[in-house]
Amino acid sequence: MVQFTFWDILRNLLLAAQWTVLLSLIAFVGGAVVGLIVCVARISKNPGPRWAARIYIEVLQGTPLLMQLFLCFFGLSLIGLNVPPLAAAAIALTLYTSAFLGEIWRGCVEAISKGQWEASASLALTYPEQMRYVILPQALRIAVAPTVGFAVQVVKGTALASIIGFVELTKAGTMINNATFQSFLVYGLVALLYFALCFPLSLLSRRLERRLNVARAS
Amino acid sequence: MSLVRLDGVEKRFGDLHVLKGIDLKVEAGQVVAIIGKSGSGKSTLLGCINGLESHDDGRITVDGKVVSEDARSLRELRQTVGMVFQQFNLFPHLSAGRNVMLAPMVVHKAQGQASEALARDCLAKVGLAEKFDTYPDKLSGGQQQRVAIARTLAMQPKIILCDEITSALDPELVAEVLKVVKALADQGMTLIMVTHEMAFAREVADLLVFMHQGRVHEVGAPAVLFDAPQTPELCQFLGAVL
Repeated sequence: MVQFTFWDILRNLLLAAQWTVLLSLIAFVGGAVVGLIVCVARISKNPGPRWAARIYIEVLQGTPLLMQLFLCFFGLSLIGLNVPPLAAAAIALTLYTSAFLGEIWRGCVEAISKGQWEASASLALTYPEQMRYVILPQALRIAVAPTVGFAVQVVKGTALASIIGFVELTKAGTMINNATFQSFLVYGLVALLYFALCFPLSLLSRRLERRLNVARAS
Repeated sequence: MSLVRLDGVEKRFGDLHVLKGIDLKVEAGQVVAIIGKSGSGKSTLLGCINGLESHDDGRITVDGKVVSEDARSLRELRQTVGMVFQQFNLFPHLSAGRNVMLAPMVVHKAQGQASEALARDCLAKVGLAEKFDTYPDKLSGGQQQRVAIARTLAMQPKIILCDEITSALDPELVAEVLKVVKALADQGMTLIMVTHEMAFAREVADLLVFMHQGRVHEVGAPAVLFDAPQTPELCQFLGAVL
């Protein structure tokens, strides 16, 4: 029987953790792009896009991420599209992330006072100009901290991709555990690696939040 | 022809009948002060003139054009009519100078240098030439309001609406803002202001409008209205504020 040393286990987990990072990045960047569109639709004056965005958000926030993954992976293959696990996971996580970021950003836009809209309207700015020069620059500053905070949820969410067979950190942990039977060591290391990814993000989020509050108080 | 003319303007917010048929004429160069209790419709009236509020009935013409709700005519209207607010509403992410430059650059497509020169000029008019690079949160309330006036002036409006522009200020800061408004009036700017500063209204205004329950209740020269109010409502109002 092959013996696994501690370093064998850790090295393999670290290799797999790269895929976790990659999947997180794809989900976050994709989610941000789609989320921006969702946000704009959600605050539109036109009821059509507003309702579409509302339904999109409710469906994605009201169903488990796992089901979304299953639908992207098994559902798409049912209709004849053979998607590899990475693509399925990337699509599902992007949709999931976009729904949450869209809603977070909507809150940030709506936090900008009515006076800013009135003042910019009185200066003859059109709606897109108001958004671009007055509202979004302020909303973005408020949005930084909660957005970075949500990135933590995305990183942890990638663990579910293990269930559709994508070999990222959690899946690698399961496979190594099946070979070594050292459950506590293996899953302990997996948990530590997630923590090492997420903790800097929460620290950053908290620091950004504090900095913003200082700027506002002065 | 009057620069601003309101005929039978009505405004409702749901069941609340805020403006019940307002008729008013404002000539170019006139300074109009609107007084009245809170809830009498003063601020709504101002909002209707530059289209921040839509009106339900009646007709408003500004500089010969009828105020409507379509985007293009609103953009044109708002280049003629500037507005200064009670809460200043400066853009907090931009320096004082950038606050003033924004609209000329975006709306008039002015070049950077030209609009910077314009902004410096406008800030100088309100006595804040040296605050070009200062951010709003480092300015006093009085200074912020003067920047807001400069920001409006940069669009070279024919009319400026002032919505209780000294009401949010500490008492010692009111004078510096009123001085700027007085200077504008002396230079012939058409001003329509909702105000609680009775002494200032008496000194500067050509026309005083007393609003009561959504109607123009009394209108005339300030000296006449202040010294010989005709209606019990105005008597009572003046008794309460003077």
